[in-house]
Amino acid sequence: MSRFALLLLTFAAAAVQGAELKLSVEIPRLEVAEYHRPYVAAWIERGDRSVVAQLAVWYQQTETREGHGTKWLPDLRQWWRRGGRSLQMPIDGVTGATRPPGTHTLRIGADSRVLAALQPGSYVLLVEAVREVGGRELLQIPFDWPVPEARTLDARGEHELGAVTLDLVP
Amino acid sequence: MKASLRRLLLASLALLPLPALAHKAWLLPSATVLSEGQWITVDGAVSNDLFYFNHVPLRLDNLAITRPDGKRGRFSNGHTGRFRSVFDIELDQPGTWRIAVLNEGLFASWSENGEVKRWRGREADLGKALPAGATDVRITRSSGRIETYVTAGAPTDTVLKPQGRGLELVQDTHPNDLFAGETARYQFLLDGKPAAGVQVEIVAGGTRYRSRQDEMVKTTDAEGRFEVTWQAPGMYWLEATTVAPLPDDALANERRASYVVTLEVLPQ
Repeated sequence: MSRFALLLLTFAAAAVQGAELKLSVEIPRLEVAEYHRPYVAAWIERGDRSVVAQLAVWYQQTETREGHGTKWLPDLRQWWRRGGRSLQMPIDGVTGATRPPGTHTLRIGADSRVLAALQPGSYVLLVEAVREVGGRELLQIPFDWPVPEARTLDARGEHELGAVTLDLVP
Repeated sequence: MKASLRRLLLASLALLPLPALAHKAWLLPSATVLSEGQWITVDGAVSNDLFYFNHVPLRLDNLAITRPDGKRGRFSNGHTGRFRSVFDIELDQPGTWRIAVLNEGLFASWSENGEVKRWRGREADLGKALPAGATDVRITRSSGRIETYVTAGAPTDTVLKPQGRGLELVQDTHPNDLFAGETARYQFLLDGKPAAGVQVEIVAGGTRYRSRQDEMVKTTDAEGRFEVTWQAPGMYWLEATTVAPLPDDALANERRASYVVTLEVLPQ
């Protein structure tokens, strides 16, 4: 192989190696009499609403007198109908316990299955949150992949979600 | 009240009301979209207002629960009170369940000594009921289906397959995948064949809190098809009735069929 072609290949590989998605989700601190940590789901869809990847699902992992935490997963109603209902929970690297108020970050690196599944195209990141005796909110961030340069996109919720930020690193 | 008259009235409650009756029969599940392994409770009633229990209960005599695999399911804690029946179902299999009351029978009317007599019952009992000197005999085959659908986990379609009896709704859009603002496609079949020109009435629940019925009326096309755009989320009652002649039936002149389904539309 010519030295030039080899150089190009190395350059391309290096570029892919650095590629990354970073998702930050802010769970707002709410002053309510009865506070329960929200159920939150984050996933990526194509334009036709088919699911590319599940990024995170935070829900009650245990069983209580009221039932197992999976009982309330359908309350994440768009996540449920667009893919959640067909999943066997828990899922390694995706599902986890509910999170407290604050900003929580997920890093999706170049070696992850998620990035491998992200063919060039237009996508939508969705984040849905629902809280017991509280509300429910769905935020969407459309994005193209890959990006020519680092880009930050964000959305802000009004009640159940705070700032949701998506950092795209080529 | 005479015992025989009371028996007749009670028997008539178990059978489908004639399409001419104003009352609405319905089943109301406590939820329609659930995760696996949950219980639901279902109310059944006949009333004028949706979905309020203010008239008579829906009898559970002909209640059939169908599991996602097509086999017969069970209900428990069934009770019929003054205004409603109630029962619980453990959704112990993932998929879509059907909950239905199917009433089938005959209506007969005839003239006897100048009087018009009427009778409702099973085909097997017609011979005993019809007197020898009866004239102007009119026999109607009647069927009434009242149903609803509930899904645990991912939806399946085994229970959506029509059985070829009475008026049935083929739901191209799954009943547990209805969301506000989306359009769903349906088709009515009568005894397995597309039913054209059937009038369909759809009313949203919560009639007590508004001043108009705001019903949607649809008519099926030549292939029995119609569409509904579900504007607002909520529970909906959908009814269709049809009357058709039976030229080839050795026994009956006419066929009456009615269908009711309760559908839940979720918000986006």
